[in-house]
Amino acid sequence: MNCSVVKAAGYVLVHTPDMILHNGTTQTTEKITNPDSEYLKKVPEHIRPYEEVVNYAPNQAYIGNITPEELKGYEMPWYDKDVPNSNRFGKFGEIMPQDEFIGLLKISDAFDLVKLEKEFVKVIKEKLSAHPFFNENDLAKIKEGEELSEIEVQVKDHHAEAIYNHGKLVGCVKKAHEIDVNLNAHVMYENLVVKASGILAFKHLLHNNKIDPAEIEYVIECSEEACGDMNQRGGGNFAKAIAESGEAINATGSDTRGFCAAPTHALIKAAALVQAGVYENVVIVAGGATAKLGMNGKDHVKKGLPILEDVLGGFAVLISKNDGVNPILRTDLVGRHTVGTGSSPQAVITSLITAPLDKGGLKITDIDKYSVEMQNPDVTKPAGAGDVPTSNYKMIAAIGVKRKELERKDLGSFVEKHGMPGWAPTQGHIPSGVPYLGFAREDLTEGKLNKVMIVGKGSLFLGRMTNLFDGVSIIMERNPGNIEEKVTGASKEEVKTMIAEAMRDFASHLLKE
Amino acid sequence: MDLENQKRVKELTEKYGAENIVVIFGAAEAESAGLSAETVTAGDPTFAGPLAGVELGLSVYHTVEPEFKEAVNADVYEEQISMMEMVLEVDEIVEEMSSIREQFTKY
Repeated sequence: MNCSVVKAAGYVLVHTPDMILHNGTTQTTEKITNPDSEYLKKVPEHIRPYEEVVNYAPNQAYIGNITPEELKGYEMPWYDKDVPNSNRFGKFGEIMPQDEFIGLLKISDAFDLVKLEKEFVKVIKEKLSAHPFFNENDLAKIKEGEELSEIEVQVKDHHAEAIYNHGKLVGCVKKAHEIDVNLNAHVMYENLVVKASGILAFKHLLHNNKIDPAEIEYVIECSEEACGDMNQRGGGNFAKAIAESGEAINATGSDTRGFCAAPTHALIKAAALVQAGVYENVVIVAGGATAKLGMNGKDHVKKGLPILEDVLGGFAVLISKNDGVNPILRTDLVGRHTVGTGSSPQAVITSLITAPLDKGGLKITDIDKYSVEMQNPDVTKPAGAGDVPTSNYKMIAAIGVKRKELERKDLGSFVEKHGMPGWAPTQGHIPSGVPYLGFAREDLTEGKLNKVMIVGKGSLFLGRMTNLFDGVSIIMERNPGNIEEKVTGASKEEVKTMIAEAMRDFASHLLKE
Repeated sequence: MDLENQKRVKELTEKYGAENIVVIFGAAEAESAGLSAETVTAGDPTFAGPLAGVELGLSVYHTVEPEFKEAVNADVYEEQISMMEMVLEVDEIVEEMSSIREQFTKY
C-alpha cells in the first residue's frame, strides 16, 4: 500500500476585536434579547489589545513558535502571562491584526461588495505593502476607497453590514441581492471572512514551504459556512474561490461539511484521492467563523477575564503522494462513527479510537500522541466546559482500562504521556484534530514519535436534521521510506513473517488435534 | 442550556405536567450540569431563553448519580456510561445536583 503523506501545514490567526461585539452571536443575540444589558456595556473593557493576543502562549503555539510540549511548561491560566520573544510570524503562519485583515477582505472580494473608507484605505495599503505575501496586483484590488458618508448611507439605508476598526466605522459589506436572504449583507460578510482567512492560511502553506501553487490539483474546503443563493443555499464553493486567490491555476475543488469533524473528513478524503492516484497534491483548507467570536464572553466577563475568543482561526494542509520522507496517512486504519454506533461517549470513543487500533492489531498505548478536540482550556474552563482535550484523553485512557491495556492507576500518566494541552481557538472546526498536523509532521520525521492519531468529532444535531453525533479518525505514522517495495507488493521480510505465521498456525492446529 | 432545548423542555412540561417530567443530564462538568439543572428548575440564570423567570421545579438527575444508576439496566449502564463514570468527577457532580434538587426541585 503506497500511502499519501502530510507534506506541509499552515496555520493563521486573525485578531478581530471589533467583530466580537458586532458579529459574535453571543453578543448579537444579547443585543436582540437584552439590548441594555450590563454585559454589552462591559464587553469593550474586556477586549485585549493586539500585542497581548500575539504574546498569548496558545496563539504562539498555534502558529508554531512554541511546541505543545513547551506550552505544557506554562502554568495556567495563560492569559496573564506573556511568551518571551513572541512574534507575529511563526514557522506555520501568522497572527494578523484586524486592520490588515479588513484590507484582505477587500482583496478577497470578487463582486465589489466590500466598501472601505478612503483614509483607512491609505493606512492599510501601506501596512499590507510591507506584508511578504501581498503584491501590487493584490493592493490594486483595494482600490481608492469611498467617502465615509457613502458607507454610512449603505449601513443605515441599505442593510449593509458595518465594518468597524477600534470602534470606528471604516467600511461595510453590501448585500449581494435585493431580496435573497442567502446573499444578504450578514451572510456575505461571514462568507468573505471565512474565504479571506482561508486564503491567508493557504498562502502561508505555499510561501513558507516554497510550494508552487500550480502543482496543487485539488482543494477541499472544510469550514462551517455555506455559500450559495436562494436556489442553492450551500451550493459552494469556497475551495475553488480560495484556490483562485492563491493562484493555484491547475486546481479545482469542493467543500466538505461535517461540523467540527469536517477537517478530519477532508484529511481522509484527500489521503484517499492521492493514494488512489487521482491527484498528486491536494490541499485541505478552512478559514474562521465570526459567529463564534466571544462565544463564552459572558463567563469571561463575569469572571473578570479578557474575552479570550478574540481571534479567527485558519489552516491549510498539503497532502501529497508518498515521498518516502514525510509521515504517511494510514487509510487502512481509519475510525468512523456510524449511524448504528450510538451516541454515548463510550460508543463514540470505541468507534473512533479502538476500531482503527484493532484493525492494525495495536494497543491504546501504541499511539504516541492523540490529537483530539484541541480547544484551549484557558477559554473553556472559566466557562464551565472544563479542559476538553484532557477529558478526551481521560476517556481514551478509561477505554484502555476497560480493554485491560492499562491499569486504572496509570490513567493520569497516560494523559500526560499521550496527550497534549489544547492550544487552538474555540472556532468549531479549527481545534478539531487538525491543529497538530504541523507539529505531527515534525514529530514523525525529525522527532521521536512513530504513530499519532488525528480525531475529528462533530455535533450534527445542531443542524436539526438528525440527532446523531459524528466523527472520524486516522492514524498517521513515520514513513518507512521504502516506497518501491510498498508499490510492488510485500517485502522479503513481510513474506518471511507471513510464512512463519502460517507455519505457527499449522503447528498449533496439529497440536490441538 | 441552549435556547432550543429550553423551548423543548418547556413545551414537554406544558404537555405532560411538571410532576411527570424528569430531566437527565450528561454534562461533563459539575458546574455546567448545575447550570443546566438550574435552568429547568429555577429558570434560565442567563435570562436569555424561554425559561428566563420560569420556575419549572422539575426533577433533575445526572447519569452518574446513584439514583439514575439504580434505575437502569446494569448491562446497559456498563456498556454506555461506565467509561464516563471512570472519567468524571462524580462526587462533585452529585454534590452540585443534590444542591440544585434541594433548593429548586418541587416534585
